[in-house]
Amino acid sequence: MKDISQVIEDTATELLKIAATVLPTEVKETLLKAENKTKGSLGKSQLHAINENVNLAETQSKPMCQDTGLVAFFVKVGDKFPLKSEIKTALIKATKRATQAVPLRPNAVDMFEGNTKNNVGIRGYVPWFYFDLVEGDKCEIIAMPKGGGSSNVGKMKMIPPGKGIKGVKEFVVEALAAAGPLGCPPYTVGVGVGGGEDMCMNLAKKALLRPLYQYHENKEIAKLEKELVGILNKLEIGAMGLGEGPSVLDVHMEFAARHPASLPVGVVLSCWALRHAGATIDKEGNVEWHSH
Amino acid sequence: MEYHLTTPVPLEKLKEIKIGDIVYLTGTVVTARDEAHLKALELHKEGKKPPVDFEGIGLFHCGPVMKKNEQGEWIVVAAGPTTSARMEIFQDEFIKVFHPGVIIGKGGMGERTAKACQDETCVYGYFTGGAALLAADRIKRVKDVFWLEELGMPECLWVYEVEEFGPLTITIDSHGGNLTDDSKKNIEANKNKILQEL
Repeated sequence: MKDISQVIEDTATELLKIAATVLPTEVKETLLKAENKTKGSLGKSQLHAINENVNLAETQSKPMCQDTGLVAFFVKVGDKFPLKSEIKTALIKATKRATQAVPLRPNAVDMFEGNTKNNVGIRGYVPWFYFDLVEGDKCEIIAMPKGGGSSNVGKMKMIPPGKGIKGVKEFVVEALAAAGPLGCPPYTVGVGVGGGEDMCMNLAKKALLRPLYQYHENKEIAKLEKELVGILNKLEIGAMGLGEGPSVLDVHMEFAARHPASLPVGVVLSCWALRHAGATIDKEGNVEWHSH
Repeated sequence: MEYHLTTPVPLEKLKEIKIGDIVYLTGTVVTARDEAHLKALELHKEGKKPPVDFEGIGLFHCGPVMKKNEQGEWIVVAAGPTTSARMEIFQDEFIKVFHPGVIIGKGGMGERTAKACQDETCVYGYFTGGAALLAADRIKRVKDVFWLEELGMPECLWVYEVEEFGPLTITIDSHGGNLTDDSKKNIEANKNKILQEL
């Protein structure tokens, strides 16, 4: 019988490494296409450098960016999966281990004690966990480290409900224009609509995990996502904000019900390095790695 | 135009460079982010000198991933630029006091920095954001490190010896030019047009 908590720790350590060093296939392909399609030399050279760097990261098994992000895990725990709270303990151990092994940059800073040097906060909130309870006997873990540059340009607004979908679009356009060159474009855009002021940001971040060009199952939302891709590219932010090449690679949206008086909209941006990696562990401790 | 410069870069050379030019830098580059800028300026206020002479060298907005090899020497794992806009609040003062030659970062900088670059003769070059391994590849040696214990790995001063460090796209020159500012104005105009058409 395998030690399940050890399996979780080993798997999550490897997931942090994969996320930091290898971009998901569809992101790599999209960036290569973008380089080929971009005409201006300023934009093309930026995308060329990005692609060359992505290639180096994968072949040398090193982090593609020095900002290896603040660590978050999305975890779905099956009812019959043998571990519950111990999953957290194992993921915290994995974060510390990956900091040494990959290595990851120590990015967890305590406001009073300084950098903790192991990517784990001393007040219990980092790495951040998104737990979900599901049927079955498995546990799905997705590691998503996110860099500071693109996090700094995330935005939330409570817009008047009377503005409706048009108001949502306006705010997304404003958020992207404000981000401009700051968060390493071309961006992938996650938009969360509804819920409360906190939930819309969670949904926006979750939306980034959906593979590129896989649009929402609801047709109206999918239509809106595609429309926004076109609109946002008209901003001409371009690769690294120099005005040439794509501004956004894709837009994904998630909707929740809202309070009658509120229309919260969250915008979470990913830099070109849209990093995540996942695996599913069954109750015997067998690991199935998600396609990457 | 493409320039291959060696540090300390003479002022006459810096004056030749224009926005849109490409620069490759050889010599000394020192990393400094928010905390290091603040600390260097505080020391100056107290009449003390920081441990590094910044004059004419590359000042790199970067918080690298470093590790020690088996011989106990520091080596660079990944060292791409960080978002320079955070340094806008004190970069002008830093330029006036320490006179770096080429500031290296990403995302561009604002009016205050551009003004200081013009007044003091300095340029700002853009290294592709996130291209940490390309950058690491051009760093030949870690010469020194200061303030590591106090500020931590991303925020301390790493002194690198670099060879042909680049390509750096110059977005601020010493003649008042600011390419990112131009791009921002274009984005703002496009935004207003899009909002009207929604």
